[in-house]
Amino acid sequence: MNMSVALPVIIPLLAGALSVMFWRSHFAQRALGVLGTGAMLAATVWLLLETWEHGHIVMEMGSWPAPFGIVLVSDMLAAIMVVLSGIIGFATAVYSLSGIGKMSEKFGYYPLLHLLLAGVNGAFLTGDIFNLYVWFEVMLVASFALLILGGERAQMEGAIKYVTLNLLSSMIFLTAIGLTYGLTGTLNMADIGDKLSTVEDTGLITVIAMLYLVAFGVKAAAFPFFFWLPASYHTPKVAVSALFAGLLTKVGVYALFRVFTLIFNQDVDYTHEILLWVAAATMLTGVLGAAAHYEFRRILSFHIISQIGYMIMGLALFTPLALVGGVFYIMHHIIVKANLFLISGITFVMKGTHELKHMGGIYRTNPMLGVLFLIPALSLAGLPPLSGFFAKFIIIRAGIEAEAYWVVAVALVVGLLTLYSMIKIWAEVFWKAQPEGVEDELRDVSSGPMIWMWVPVIMLALMTVAIGLYGEPIYQMAAMSAEQLLDPSQYIEAVLGEARQ
Amino acid sequence: MNMHSLILRTAGHFLLPLLLLFSVFLLLRGHDEPGGGFIGGLVAAAAIVLYLFSMDIRSARKVLRVDPRDLLGAGMVLAVVSALPAAFLGQAFFTAQWWEFTAPVFGEIKLSTVLVFDIGVYLVVIGSVLTIMLNLAEAED
Amino acid sequence: MEVVMSFVIGGMYAAAIYMMLRRSIVKLVIGLVLLSNAANLLIFTMAGMLPGAPPLIPPGATMPEGLSADPLAQAVVLTAIVIGFGVLAFAVVLIHRAYEVVKADDMDQMKDTDR
Repeated sequence: MNMSVALPVIIPLLAGALSVMFWRSHFAQRALGVLGTGAMLAATVWLLLETWEHGHIVMEMGSWPAPFGIVLVSDMLAAIMVVLSGIIGFATAVYSLSGIGKMSEKFGYYPLLHLLLAGVNGAFLTGDIFNLYVWFEVMLVASFALLILGGERAQMEGAIKYVTLNLLSSMIFLTAIGLTYGLTGTLNMADIGDKLSTVEDTGLITVIAMLYLVAFGVKAAAFPFFFWLPASYHTPKVAVSALFAGLLTKVGVYALFRVFTLIFNQDVDYTHEILLWVAAATMLTGVLGAAAHYEFRRILSFHIISQIGYMIMGLALFTPLALVGGVFYIMHHIIVKANLFLISGITFVMKGTHELKHMGGIYRTNPMLGVLFLIPALSLAGLPPLSGFFAKFIIIRAGIEAEAYWVVAVALVVGLLTLYSMIKIWAEVFWKAQPEGVEDELRDVSSGPMIWMWVPVIMLALMTVAIGLYGEPIYQMAAMSAEQLLDPSQYIEAVLGEARQ
Repeated sequence: MNMHSLILRTAGHFLLPLLLLFSVFLLLRGHDEPGGGFIGGLVAAAAIVLYLFSMDIRSARKVLRVDPRDLLGAGMVLAVVSALPAAFLGQAFFTAQWWEFTAPVFGEIKLSTVLVFDIGVYLVVIGSVLTIMLNLAEAED
Repeated sequence: MEVVMSFVIGGMYAAAIYMMLRRSIVKLVIGLVLLSNAANLLIFTMAGMLPGAPPLIPPGATMPEGLSADPLAQAVVLTAIVIGFGVLAFAVVLIHRAYEVVKADDMDQMKDTDR
């Protein structure tokens, strides 16, 4: 019995439970935050190595055999995703040591952080469609509560939009599950994929596929369901929005990848054509929204949307190379985007605002932060030799090979506009002179307890450079996951192998 | 919040122990018959909330003795820990483990990790419902 | 029976969406409650409806006698109800606090984050 597949879920649950128990002690909560996420990171890396070796790792929870019980399944895509959630969880926990404040800790920041990570990892690893819904809800309840930590007016307004639209999408998801169950009589994803290939009514299957597309599209903030994201992501604490930006929408993208490779692969011409249009519109609206804004975190929020478009484009093209590009893009994006949000937290401590117009001159006082910003910013825009260049390069090359020239053109234009937004932030926050009437530096960020904010930023920046310079193993992992995604019979065989004989 | 109703106050006083006992009964019969940790926890939480309505927040907190958040934490730890014994025996997480033995007075007793999980759920439900209810009641005052 | 249920479910979805489109936050919550109940009812109906056939296995047997209702769908609905209950409790607390901060039961007063 291989324990590695359950640990990424069990560890954060246990750490969260313990930190609720010790809610009176700030020290115990912080220690549990760092140790718990650190242990989770180690467990996820172990799972990745095991999956790399064995291909698929399956565990039947409670020893109830598939397809009746709930299974946890790790294939290469799931393993990569949990490692990323481990990295971001650990980075956020370390950042929170100086960035979150006693008030948030009192209202349960650390238990919620662990619960959120458990929900995210559970969603990545589960092999049961209803269990996926349960993990989505675990994740959402934790994220609702994290979103309103602090209780300011903007947070409340953002939270109401976030809660309403996400609940709506959950209910659409539940409806889709109901219809799927009516059609196939099973909830195990491998079994659904297996049984749907014998269902003759492809029209009904496509309808259900579109319900899943809407449900996960809302979670992933794809066009035209994205509007809750820019309304809420700039309102919570910086550590929280970095965590959300890194992980939450990507769970939606992961669910799209899983469902549209394993289950809905009958009518690819129709469903994936729709996905391609969604991808192009998502890229374009996201980047145009970012160009119009002058608030640091709001620009970054709109960029999440435009980047989601690239990932969905990788899925929509549905060729081996395109899926490699999509997975590679997710890996690059999670690290870079979380890092940019964490940097916006440091500049907020220095200047006391997120408005670009009221900031400036940071490069003069703190050139190191300028360099640390440029690494993820230029990577996001896709400049070589950083990680974003290779991610975009693979996807665009796949687009050309698939002869989808118009979407390639959109992707290239969006890349240019991304560069424009990043240069805008660079020029306004770091390069231009200090505006009149603004304090030079509100707080010293390079000493004392603030030093913890730098550790994850440097760590993530180094990863961005490393993926760019030494991308071969990352590419190999993405290639292996793409190969598994395109051949769902491997997944089905791994889950149902014993039941079929 | 205080309703100032003599009938409610007297009834609340007598119903509290009865309801708590009933909730434990529901919790323990839950494995083979209708009941279980969730229902039991809701009944117990309802008992405390009834007491809160008939008296006031301070006496409700006093009759609870512990902070509801402690119950929440202890319950979560119990529920997660109940998944672990199976792992040490080389089985999948959450696989039920049963221990049977005979005690002098009670006859045959079956203990299991399922029971530990259910007690955890019981405590989590009481803890979370009361945390929300007490916070709402305090916000009203 | 299934036909009647589908009309009921369809009506509930329509009512829920109508309530969610109103400006009042309280009506929004009512809409969400209706929507989650409609989805639960849909799953319940999807599993097929067999009156008077509970999925109970008689003592000594390993299979239920004859046709029986699908227990999995009932377990799924039960889980969904519990989750809906938890999320709803949270939504009520959130809306209570939002009402205290914004001082209005009107979505149009909540446009600050979109500017």
